Amino acid sequence: MAETVIKCENVYKIFGSNAKKMLQESNGNVDAKTFQKNGCIVGVNNASFEVSKGEMLVVMGLSGSGKSTLLRCISRLTDATGGKIFIEGQDLLQLNNKELIELRRNKMGMVFQSFALLPHKTVVENIAFPLQIKGIKTEDSISKAMDMVKLVGLDGRENYFPRELSGGQQQRVGIARSLAVEPDIWFLDEPFSALDPLIRKEMQDEFLRLQEKLQKTIMFITHDFDEALKLADRIAIMKDGIIEQLDTPANIVLNPATEYVRKFTEEVPREKVLLIEDVMDASKNDLGDLKVSKDEIIENVAEKILTQEKAVAVIDSKNEIVGSINPTKIINTVFGGRKNNN
Amino acid sequence: MEFLKKYPKTFQWLFLLIVFFALCFAIEVPETYKFIRGQAEFVKDPNQSSYVFLGKEVRYYAFDVFWRLPPLLGWLPIWINDSLFFLMNEWMPIEVWNEDTQEFKSRPIVLQISRNLTAFMTFLIQLIREVLLGGLETIVAFSSWDWIDKNPWAELPGLPWTIVAAGAAILSYKVSGKGLALFAGLTMIYISIFGQWKPSMQTLSFILVAAPLSFIFGLGLGIAAFKSKRVEKALYPILLVMQTMPQYAVLVPALVLFGVGDHAAVIITMVVAIPPMILLTILGLRAVPPEVIEAGRMSGCNNWQLMFKVLIPTARRDILIGVNQVIMVCFSMAVISAFIGAKGLGFNLLLALNQLNIGLALEAGLCISLIAILLDKMSLAWANKQTDYFGNLTFFQRNKNILFFAATVIVGIVLAYIGTFLFKGSFNYLFEVPHNKGISTADFWNKGVDWIFDTFFVYIKAFNTWLIQEVLQPMRALYLRMPAVATIVLVVGAGYLIGGIRSALVVCGLTLFIALSPWWDRALVTTYMATFGVIVSCTIGFTVGTLCFQNKRSANFMLGVCDIFQTFPSFVYLIPVMMLFGITDTSVLIAVIVYATIPATRYTIEGLRSVPAGLHDAATMSGVNKFQRLTKIEFPLAFPHMMLGINQTIVFALFMVIIGAFIGTEDLGQYILKALSDKKGAGIGLTLGICVAFIALIFDNLIRSWVEKRKKHLGID
Repeated sequence: MAETVIKCENVYKIFGSNAKKMLQESNGNVDAKTFQKNGCIVGVNNASFEVSKGEMLVVMGLSGSGKSTLLRCISRLTDATGGKIFIEGQDLLQLNNKELIELRRNKMGMVFQSFALLPHKTVVENIAFPLQIKGIKTEDSISKAMDMVKLVGLDGRENYFPRELSGGQQQRVGIARSLAVEPDIWFLDEPFSALDPLIRKEMQDEFLRLQEKLQKTIMFITHDFDEALKLADRIAIMKDGIIEQLDTPANIVLNPATEYVRKFTEEVPREKVLLIEDVMDASKNDLGDLKVSKDEIIENVAEKILTQEKAVAVIDSKNEIVGSINPTKIINTVFGGRKNNN
Repeated sequence: MEFLKKYPKTFQWLFLLIVFFALCFAIEVPETYKFIRGQAEFVKDPNQSSYVFLGKEVRYYAFDVFWRLPPLLGWLPIWINDSLFFLMNEWMPIEVWNEDTQEFKSRPIVLQISRNLTAFMTFLIQLIREVLLGGLETIVAFSSWDWIDKNPWAELPGLPWTIVAAGAAILSYKVSGKGLALFAGLTMIYISIFGQWKPSMQTLSFILVAAPLSFIFGLGLGIAAFKSKRVEKALYPILLVMQTMPQYAVLVPALVLFGVGDHAAVIITMVVAIPPMILLTILGLRAVPPEVIEAGRMSGCNNWQLMFKVLIPTARRDILIGVNQVIMVCFSMAVISAFIGAKGLGFNLLLALNQLNIGLALEAGLCISLIAILLDKMSLAWANKQTDYFGNLTFFQRNKNILFFAATVIVGIVLAYIGTFLFKGSFNYLFEVPHNKGISTADFWNKGVDWIFDTFFVYIKAFNTWLIQEVLQPMRALYLRMPAVATIVLVVGAGYLIGGIRSALVVCGLTLFIALSPWWDRALVTTYMATFGVIVSCTIGFTVGTLCFQNKRSANFMLGVCDIFQTFPSFVYLIPVMMLFGITDTSVLIAVIVYATIPATRYTIEGLRSVPAGLHDAATMSGVNKFQRLTKIEFPLAFPHMMLGINQTIVFALFMVIIGAFIGTEDLGQYILKALSDKKGAGIGLTLGICVAFIALIFDNLIRSWVEKRKKHLGID
């Protein structure tokens, strides 16, 4: 197991003037309705999880589910009302202002839904901003920022102002800015939600390419379940401040923990989400000639498998057979288990 | 009854009106009651009653309590006066080294502070004046007269007018473009050749001192209020009163604290100009998207960096609009401050109006208007100008404006030098056109006014008499007939019906303050004049606004006209009306109407414009004609915004009514004017100013509560 970078223990965020007192009195049993009667709004309710190095945790929820609040607690843009948050073993809530600024300057980067670029600075100045805030010389910061401009594919536009760029380009600047200090932890708050569907897809692909290269520890917020499935190593689904389920995309699709989660998974095209590994059988008898890798997405190999009469061998990266899959299983996975059959 | 059940509000309003009129008829006018004119209230009269409060004796005419409340706050102005006197003359004496007599002298600390502040301001103004016009007092300040006598060369030479004119044009070009540059150049040339250079530069120097200082203080206080809720809460009521207090009224306390002259005017100008700067700073900082602030925080900004590298640059436009406001307030104060002896265009205007020399007044007024437009357009252009990228330009391209200005400085100096030969023995017109030595059109205008009077005198007089006898006098009598108690019931009832108990309490407090001051009658007269002005203004404004709205181009044109007229200091409006109607109430009222029609028109057009385009389309598809669309869709939706226009109209009207006292009216303004020339006027002036502000705030509170309710009801923002 890789080392833990972000660790949350029973994190609560409750808005309202006497939130702290009410939380203490409730002994960890927070009921949103009781709190609301007393003028408090529950943002995050008892969140506990860990994110390990190089992992991408996607937090999915509809608006008002507390996902952005959770992210802001972990970046300490707001102070959590209760619980503990550790960043690389450091107790985040115990840091004083100076240490917090140090942490942000070196370890954290964040991308925002509305891009949040500074309107009076050019692309390259925006990207160099965190470096200059850190006190790096203008020349060095600009040359570093130029590298970032190239990384996100904005070369030639470095002297444009944000107002002269399209939404997708602006978000590239936002991404470049958040990466300028080479942070270990990368927060993305609905970065692609304000973009058109086509641009969004392009940016998602670009994002996956970057992550492959950079291997950051990521917390990614989205309200789009498809986006979550596409990007995540693990997904946390939130509702009313509570994490309903935290698991790998395949497990969430196959075994939704609550009714709420199940509703999301119903419409999901499983062949696009599940890997062969997720649905294969353990038996290795009576196999045909075709072999497929266990890491393939079903969609990519379904056609081949469906033409076979016998079960197909599933192999791992060392070419050893680890299981089998037969065409019926594919058909069942894709078309079975929907609500009509329940 | 069915009707009343269906509309309970109507019933409540009806009930309120019935109570009001019943009270009006029930409370008889006391036989001894008379509208007291002139100074009578301060003359001891055996008919007066008196009481003593906080050691101050207050004398007043006692009437039936229901008719006029006794002036229980009558001690306030006296108390303010005595406190100021005590502060200035007795409180906390400190030892001060006196340069002239070479000995220590004891002086009250407030007086000392005020004197030092005054000296500092005087120095700043003098410095800028001498840079613009030449002189040697700044050098004297650093040396001595003896030293000057020995070194006769030591004198600031002053800038030739050509350089200042070119400078203004280049600056305009930089912030806006060729159009404004041309306008700036022509304005400056006009000012110069018509011999208004010196007073104009005096006024300009005044603004150059007052505006930057107001900006710094306003920005600082705005930031403080943005960061701390407590500071904001403490500032808010002061800001509210300052925004509605006639600028005229604040002059009086300044007179006592800082004396007569430019320095006092600068200090009081700052007091007036800071509130809008604070408000716009808060507004701008609030408007910064929260994600931008978070982005700043996540970039590792500390508080200082966040404020100056993220918040303020992002709020740049709003803050610069604040600068525009500051400049315009400073300018209008620079004109009005003539009443406490500030030099410049305002002083010339006041002088000309006092001599009834309409021609001269028109010339000064035109100069004031041109400069006002220029300052407004320049600062707005600066606010709207977006940052540009310069990195890829050459040194010359980057600095062409500065280089160009440097060139004009040289050319200007050379021209001025040539001028010394050209105009040998007379004035060097290439250096400075002296006052009254330029072209003057005063005679022409005076003859024109005489001609208008000769030709139309009969008609104007007839109109005047009709208006005064048939409309104004009865209206005035009606207002004065209102018993104090009935008025309070009406206002408080309206407050309760519109905004609930909270609103009723606020309005009640404000009204009681006026009713308990010694000037309830005057306040009624002020209100009557303002009401008349507001009714006519709104009628004109709504009609004109609605008509102009029918066509996009005419709407834009009208908004432009409103923009221009709004920049003129209110004082300027008195010139043309005095020209046509002489010194009567009619003149004041017409000035009020002209001035107050501006916001009424503007808000009507803006309100109609704010109706969403989707609704227009929906209405058109439902098959409405133009008139139906106006009455069924546009007016109901635009009405809340138009009501805010009425709010502004009331404030504008009150300002003008107060300034109208200069022509001679019998309202609160008359007393403010009187307080200006009264040694003990500070308390009276301040209290009167607060009274006027409170009249505006009563209406403000009622209208705002209604608008908020209505907007919620309609689901607009």
